[in-house]
Amino acid sequence: MANLKELSKRLDRLSGGHRACAGCTEPIAVRQILLAADSPVVAGSCTGCLEVVTTIFPYTAWKNAFIHSAFENSAATMSGIEAAHKVLVKKGKASKDFKFIAFGGDGGTYDIGFQSLSGAMERGHNMLYVCLDNGAYMNTGIQRSSATPKGAHTTTSPAGKVIPGKKEFRKDLTSIMVAHNIPYVAQTTPGHWRDLTNKVEKALTVDGPAFLNILVPCRLGWGFAPETALDVAREATDSCYWPLFEVEDGNWKLNYQPKEKKPLVNWLKKQVRFKHLFKPGCEEILEDLQVDIDKNWKRLLDRCGEEA
Amino acid sequence: MSKIVAKTGNESMAEAMRQINPDVVAAYPITPSTEIVQIFSSYVADGLVDTEFLAVESEHSAMSACIGSAATGARTMTCTASQGLALMWEMLYIATGLRLPIVIAGVNRALSAPINIHCDHSDTMGIRDSGWIQIYSENAQEGYDNLIQAVKIAEECCLPAIVTTDGFIISHGMESMKLLEDKEVQDFIGDYKAPYTLINPQKPITVGALDFTDYYFEHRRSTAEAVLQAKDKIIKVSQEYSHLSQRKYELFEEYRLDDAQMAIVVLGSTAGTAKVVIDELRSKGIKAGLLKIRVYRPFPAEELAIVLSKIPAVAILDRADSLSTMGGPVFIDIKSALYNLEKRSKLINYIYGLGGRDTTLHHIREVYQDLQNILDTGKIAQSIKYLGVRE
Repeated sequence: MANLKELSKRLDRLSGGHRACAGCTEPIAVRQILLAADSPVVAGSCTGCLEVVTTIFPYTAWKNAFIHSAFENSAATMSGIEAAHKVLVKKGKASKDFKFIAFGGDGGTYDIGFQSLSGAMERGHNMLYVCLDNGAYMNTGIQRSSATPKGAHTTTSPAGKVIPGKKEFRKDLTSIMVAHNIPYVAQTTPGHWRDLTNKVEKALTVDGPAFLNILVPCRLGWGFAPETALDVAREATDSCYWPLFEVEDGNWKLNYQPKEKKPLVNWLKKQVRFKHLFKPGCEEILEDLQVDIDKNWKRLLDRCGEEA
Repeated sequence: MSKIVAKTGNESMAEAMRQINPDVVAAYPITPSTEIVQIFSSYVADGLVDTEFLAVESEHSAMSACIGSAATGARTMTCTASQGLALMWEMLYIATGLRLPIVIAGVNRALSAPINIHCDHSDTMGIRDSGWIQIYSENAQEGYDNLIQAVKIAEECCLPAIVTTDGFIISHGMESMKLLEDKEVQDFIGDYKAPYTLINPQKPITVGALDFTDYYFEHRRSTAEAVLQAKDKIIKVSQEYSHLSQRKYELFEEYRLDDAQMAIVVLGSTAGTAKVVIDELRSKGIKAGLLKIRVYRPFPAEELAIVLSKIPAVAILDRADSLSTMGGPVFIDIKSALYNLEKRSKLINYIYGLGGRDTTLHHIREVYQDLQNILDTGKIAQSIKYLGVRE
């Protein structure tokens, strides 16, 4: 696994000057991924923030090949690229050492692109799919997704007079991807660069599809100070909202156990999207959220053969 | 030496695909084109082709994978029909916009609702403004020939192309036809070298960037130019193929049209039915003819106008309704193609054969009788009619 010194010597393949918001963690995650890949890459993205901020014509922030075709088909598009590369290598028309990385936001992955992702993973393409999960459709102005946490305010699950934000718990996509029995599935955040780059290296080494679910805090949609973005990512892990784990060939492994499991409210308090939950009358929602986190954390520990 | 064989339309298209030996095929089964993907997957399983075959989970993903593949520089094909083509709709426009020469072996089938598996042209007419080159076939032979030509046409134009046959009528009808040798097909289409690819390590490119108000219009304009220039390239490839196969291919076919006083314009298998009626009428001294459109997109407007302007009464047969109250799409196109002429023909429109309703010799005779009445009276009683429907 490459250390920080080695990573720092590699070509940064996502140039600065892109249009992401100050404090956006998405390009940080993408840069870490591309540094860890260390081979020619074809990257693809579904429609969304990543595509918008990196490719406004006639500019591109990508120093490797990049494709965007539509919203719901990042995985399907990349599956065609991987298949084409395979046959062109066989025919001696292409160099062998390409890696294929498809990106999607939680909208393009959990929701509209879910079928395309499932199909590509089932077909066993040699590709890495990265979900950059910021918990809502941020590009179109913060609408709820099935990755939005319960209680969060979004513009389609607004905190109103009778409904206090999103009513449903989030979908456990990472477990669903594990159920696809692919060689490698993991969760991480750009606040844990070593964990993230290690996971990318592993994901690109396996023979077959790999899936990474990366929590990318969104300062606009979540409402936090830009300079605290990576702290927000790390605190998500310390509260066990977003545990770091990996599943290699079906074997679950916990990568990080917080010394002290922090109460979820500490994390929620730092984000404007949960502000309304701290008004009188929302205590039950806060309690539900903590109970859910505790339940999921226990289940994860069981799966990983760990003790609390 | 061409071989004479008996094949259905689907078998003939699958055979063309075997001889084309595309790099990538990504497809999803749908009646009545399912057999094409079945037969082709057996070629893959038996090692008769070098193709990477992706049995994807939907037509949307089929076209998405085709887009990824074509952008990687691979010769890429798929097959579909009806709802499948409709599901691809979003991606069809993207294939054009990215200038990717993907080829669809299409089989025409009605669109839901009501659900129906039989032939009409509603599916491909629904993508007529997508920039895809559209080629219609009268029989299995033409389906085979057109599909081989489409590969070369698409690659020379940097535009996607769809070749269709009429569902069940051609796709499942067995016919005697001639095949080229494998080597003749390979020599004809040549080796594909894409102008840009995603896997050139010396030149990494960005495909599918976001255009705002400052570039979108120019890019759409250049696509329009590509479609405009496609016509000459189609003519050139068709001539080359006609020479190779000894079967004549042009933008459209004129059948006994030279001195015709009345004509039918039609696409696909119904042209065969019309030819029988024309021969019948001609034997009685009635000057009837046919114009069969082969290349529907780009629309050969000027060429059609020159031919049709000489014919006093013309009936345009549409196997799709536009539901615009203006008649079928081919009728609307032809009317518009003739509008600026000094001397315009009398035009009438028949919507026919929806959902696979049989169009018989009797129906075609009825159309020529109406044309005769127009010639006799100089008047059009009703300009849009439904042929063979219970009302």
